[in-house]
Amino acid sequence: MTLLLLQVGRSRDVEAFEALFRHFGPRIKAYMAKVDRNRAEELTQETMMSVWRKASLFDATRGVAASWIFTIARNQRIDALRRDRRAEIDPDDPALVPETPMAADQALDISQNVRLMREAMATLPSEQLQVLELSFYQEQSQSEIATRLALPLGTVKSRMRLGFAKLRAVLEGGSKQP
Amino acid sequence: MMPQHHLSEDLLLAYAAGNLSEGWTIAVASHLAFCPQCRAQSAQADMLGGAMLDTIDPEPLANDAWSAMRARLDADVQLAKALPARATAPGKLVLPMPLRAYVGGDIDTIHWRALGRGAAQMMLPTSDPTTQVRLLRIPAGKPVPEHSHGGREVTLVLSGSFRDGEQLFGPGDIEDADGSVLHTPTATPEADCICLAVTDAPLRFSSWIVRLIQPILKI
Ligand SMILES: [Zn+2]
Repeated sequence: MTLLLLQVGRSRDVEAFEALFRHFGPRIKAYMAKVDRNRAEELTQETMMSVWRKASLFDATRGVAASWIFTIARNQRIDALRRDRRAEIDPDDPALVPETPMAADQALDISQNVRLMREAMATLPSEQLQVLELSFYQEQSQSEIATRLALPLGTVKSRMRLGFAKLRAVLEGGSKQP
Repeated sequence: MMPQHHLSEDLLLAYAAGNLSEGWTIAVASHLAFCPQCRAQSAQADMLGGAMLDTIDPEPLANDAWSAMRARLDADVQLAKALPARATAPGKLVLPMPLRAYVGGDIDTIHWRALGRGAAQMMLPTSDPTTQVRLLRIPAGKPVPEHSHGGREVTLVLSGSFRDGEQLFGPGDIEDADGSVLHTPTATPEADCICLAVTDAPLRFSSWIVRLIQPILKI
């Protein structure tokens, strides 16, 4: 998928874009429908239009197709449905404090990260996966999740933290292998 | 020097999931500009978002979805705007990008309003009624002026440094305090300390809103 996205960015390849659309379109629609079923189809079109327009800005050293398209869909959803604004980091800001040269040298292979993350998600205790899903899919805050599940806020926080720590450990272990 | 005090995981995750309101996102995005370590964690949280998108139960698109999309591609002339040529900044920038946009420039363009005893602040306008976002200037060696906050307060040091109890906070550092903590941050003696402070909006504001909409909602 990441190669397809690079092709769209480099040469505005319509066939590559169609493959991305057929894979991610139904997923973006499901993601939008979690918050507003009536506008899910329309917001999918808008998201994929942004993907088409911004593909040349995609940087394969910083992300993969799924994570990059997720951030575009997320921002579209915030914009259209919550009408909230969101401050974003500018990766080209000259004021950005750069990584140490050593860390940049050890640049990890991230191409497999979404696959590793998916596999790791399947091994998470369901109570940890549940709070992460409510947060990412339903866009609920920790206190909203606590109310919904009738749990103390501290429990929701620690489940989320534990779950994310396990997933990160898999990424860090997985991408360091040669 | 790299920051020593970082974003909590719950802020990073909420930022990635998209459920953080505007005020807090200003603190998160600004710290990310200072901190390669948190940028790496934030990229991992986006990876989790990517994996979530990949594993969601897909919903079939309308039958004409691709042909509608295809027609829009053909009609689309608006390409991604080329990045504006990067202005070779004459001096070193102090404020990172999301903040420069709110201030309208770098640190020398901040419109300070005196708070007394040499301290000053600038409120940053946002569309988020649940938070208050301000820049604070604390004179060298002086404590942060008295300010009451019932809820959470996230502070990001932009220049200079302050001490709070045993801990020292320098440029890029985050202090994340909930309302129950009694603290008196004090600027270190060498220089004024400039920081970004995001707090829960004062309670009276929300009760004012409630009073305003009560008659409409008939609650
Ligand atoms: Zn950090």
